[in-house]
Amino acid sequence: MTTQKLWKYHGGLKSIPHRKSLSNSASVRTAVVPRYIVIPLHQHIGKPAIPMVSVGDKVLKGQKIGRAVEFVSAPIHASTSGKVIAIGDRPVPASGGAMGECIVIETDGKDEWIELDPPVKDFHTLDQATIQEKIRLAGIVGLGGATFPSHVKIPGGGAKVDKLIINAAECEPYITCDDMLMRDRPHDVISGIQVMLHSLQAKECLIGLEDNKPEAAQALEKYIAKENITNIKVVITPTVYPTGGEKQLIKILTGKEVPSGGLPLNIGMVVHNVGTAAAIHDAIILGKPIISRLVTVSGAGINEPCNIEVLIGTPIKEIVEQCGGYTDDFEYLIAGGPMMGGALMNDEVPLVKRINAILCGAKGEFAGPQDSMPCVRCGSCANACPTTLLPQQLYWYARSGEMDKCNDLSLFDCIECGCCSFVCPSKIPLVQCITFAKNSVRNEREEQRKATRSSARGERKQARLAKEAAEKAAKKAAKKAAGGTAKAKPAAKATASAQLEAMNQEMKDAMAKAREQLQEMWGAKCSPASASSDVAIEPTTAPVKEALAKAKELLKK
Amino acid sequence: MAFQMIAAPHLRGPNTTSKYMFKVVYGLIPGIIAATYFFGWGVLTNIAIAITAALFFETIALKLRRHALPKYLCDGSAIVTATLLGIAIPQLSAWWLPVVGVFMAIVIAKHLYGGLGYNPFNPAAIGYVVLLISFPKEMSQWVSPDWLGPVSPDKLSFAQTLGVVFLDKIPDTTSLDLLTHASPLDYLKGQLKLGLDVSAIVKSDPEMWGTFSGKGWEWVNIALLFGGIYMIWKKVITWHIPVGMLGSMIVLASIVYAINPETAVNPLIHITSGGVMLGAFFIATDPVTSCTSTKGRLIFGIGAGSLTYIIRTWGGYPDGIAFAVLLMNLSAPYIDRFTVPAIYGAKKGAK
Repeated sequence: MTTQKLWKYHGGLKSIPHRKSLSNSASVRTAVVPRYIVIPLHQHIGKPAIPMVSVGDKVLKGQKIGRAVEFVSAPIHASTSGKVIAIGDRPVPASGGAMGECIVIETDGKDEWIELDPPVKDFHTLDQATIQEKIRLAGIVGLGGATFPSHVKIPGGGAKVDKLIINAAECEPYITCDDMLMRDRPHDVISGIQVMLHSLQAKECLIGLEDNKPEAAQALEKYIAKENITNIKVVITPTVYPTGGEKQLIKILTGKEVPSGGLPLNIGMVVHNVGTAAAIHDAIILGKPIISRLVTVSGAGINEPCNIEVLIGTPIKEIVEQCGGYTDDFEYLIAGGPMMGGALMNDEVPLVKRINAILCGAKGEFAGPQDSMPCVRCGSCANACPTTLLPQQLYWYARSGEMDKCNDLSLFDCIECGCCSFVCPSKIPLVQCITFAKNSVRNEREEQRKATRSSARGERKQARLAKEAAEKAAKKAAKKAAGGTAKAKPAAKATASAQLEAMNQEMKDAMAKAREQLQEMWGAKCSPASASSDVAIEPTTAPVKEALAKAKELLKK
Repeated sequence: MAFQMIAAPHLRGPNTTSKYMFKVVYGLIPGIIAATYFFGWGVLTNIAIAITAALFFETIALKLRRHALPKYLCDGSAIVTATLLGIAIPQLSAWWLPVVGVFMAIVIAKHLYGGLGYNPFNPAAIGYVVLLISFPKEMSQWVSPDWLGPVSPDKLSFAQTLGVVFLDKIPDTTSLDLLTHASPLDYLKGQLKLGLDVSAIVKSDPEMWGTFSGKGWEWVNIALLFGGIYMIWKKVITWHIPVGMLGSMIVLASIVYAINPETAVNPLIHITSGGVMLGAFFIATDPVTSCTSTKGRLIFGIGAGSLTYIIRTWGGYPDGIAFAVLLMNLSAPYIDRFTVPAIYGAKKGAK
């Protein structure tokens, strides 16, 4: 093992039930192709993909069926061959039973691949842009759960990347899919890393994993030694939750901190999940898009806990059935880890790229609804917070609706790891309160933005109309004047001025209305009709004034 | 199949508010044993009366506020307050003294401000201060360890103690004057006012002064120190407030003592007399009314220690712990506001 100096981050949880052996003692299974596959078009951060197929179309495994509309988005692929039987809203795995646009494929059982690009023998021949495009087209997103489109993390424009960090910490209890991936496919992981190192032009790569995965570390080390690779290091970190947090891992491995509100790139680093590395290998070397992933199925509520390779879009119910089904005392279904995963309302929802674990809790295994006591300000939450926030203060302010004070306490630096809720002796749902505060601040900002935008749009339209009308009137007047009838002149002038008067009034009304709307929208929570709203309106009135001036000028002629 | 929605995290730590509170009670046990050894059954009757009264008032207050009774009654906070108050008031007090103190603590200082977690002032300190101001005579009649300690043949039995406490019946063999005594700190303050040197005062009554700072009192303080260390070990409290408080007292006392050894009380006497250890480890550390950040806690402790020293040395009371803690309770929200720790990735210089 490489001995490397390690740093520490504030807080974290050392004593937490890990229960990894439940799922990592069985060998990895491959799920059978289900009868129906439901593929959501929004499995990533950014805009949802747009369907490229229609109902009735035949699709092949690996065929692109959803196209990305923006740079920060990802295409979607069919995970097996079959026929598209529906495109529309279906329940997707998100808290609160959300719906999302999905493509439903009736599988044909042939699992027939589309013709793939020929395998690349030497990725060094590919340039950065080609690799980036290949990663984008393969639909690869952060498989650790963040689902940030991976191609976006290859910075263009000469941004310097010093270190590539591979997040293999897998700090969430129960989950072992990264562990098993590293044990079974060390070659693919390292190959994917080499592709990334090449495309990023980074000097070295650190693979950070917790000391509860010795077999995985050994498998990687062995492969690295065999291939004589010098720029990739395996670094073993202590098992502390949440070391797998991107910022926490960076701190542990390098001692550096990502600036608040910034990205790892700001300090010359890029972080990828280990599963993403393997997916990049598949995409670049084998030319395969991402159509399946390794999932941990665990908990005391499932009969055969294990890791299983599942096609994206497979209903969770099918996966559960292939793992022996629920036990009699099954109680809760969770997508993701027990610390950050969301409970699922039903098991008909499909598996998406982000789900690294399906946990079936037996009675009493997971906490369930808690009976909270008042906060006694014991400070356990602040001691446990890996971001050094003051969760209890955030909780007070969130409860009393003082969102600006939450903001002052770095609300948006919270990574929602759940440490505070875990340690709270009063069982207060601190993370939920913080998430609630974040959402209210976000909604408020969004509303403000919309209000400003729509009022600006409205005023621009008014200005344009005014300008057009003024020009028309002036033209008319000019034409009449050119016609030579001297008498017509004052008449034209009169009509023009009357028109202008009317337009003027119209504009004034519109502006008053816009101002009213703005004040209404902002009035409730922000400073009522203060300087800020005036400032916001001022620049947008400029075109109106301009038009007025122009009209007056024309009139003088 | 529809499943129940639950919020992450789905794992919760084993700690609960009542576990937390009872650890404070465990931390007090060495002190209670030492106090009972030196001052007799009166310590236990005080605590028993206080706890009974506290649970009674707590039940009524919770009922009036329409709170779930078993859940809140079992949180242990009333028991902690009552135990602290029971230890802090003079042994052999008449039964109504702890009852009045507990009423002030539980009903006025806690529930009128919104109950557990919402009270700005430490309830036990409020109860104590109200008694000290309202009943100065009763609050200075401390049992003299000479009479009740194991060295004395005239120990009061448990039954006799109950007689004194509930029926005001003092055994014929003794009298209240013989049984009670000013506390060493009170005595010291009185004598210093008469212009005597500290060394002369201590020498004049070696029986009272014990090994270094007052018979009985010194050992109770040391036992409480051990209880406090247990609480730090069990992570019920952090070291910041006790260290800040004791440290600032030692520093201030040392400076003044170095300048003027005749009339200044030495630091050792300061930190092992009166209610110092009770204050430093059990009262000032009350999380509800103290600061939350580590830096804030250190400042809170230093403030409480300095104020205690100032009140003791230049103020009107022989022991200033409760006043010092209450004054710091008042400042805690402001200290908190200015000691927000730098977050991960905070801009350099913002620290």
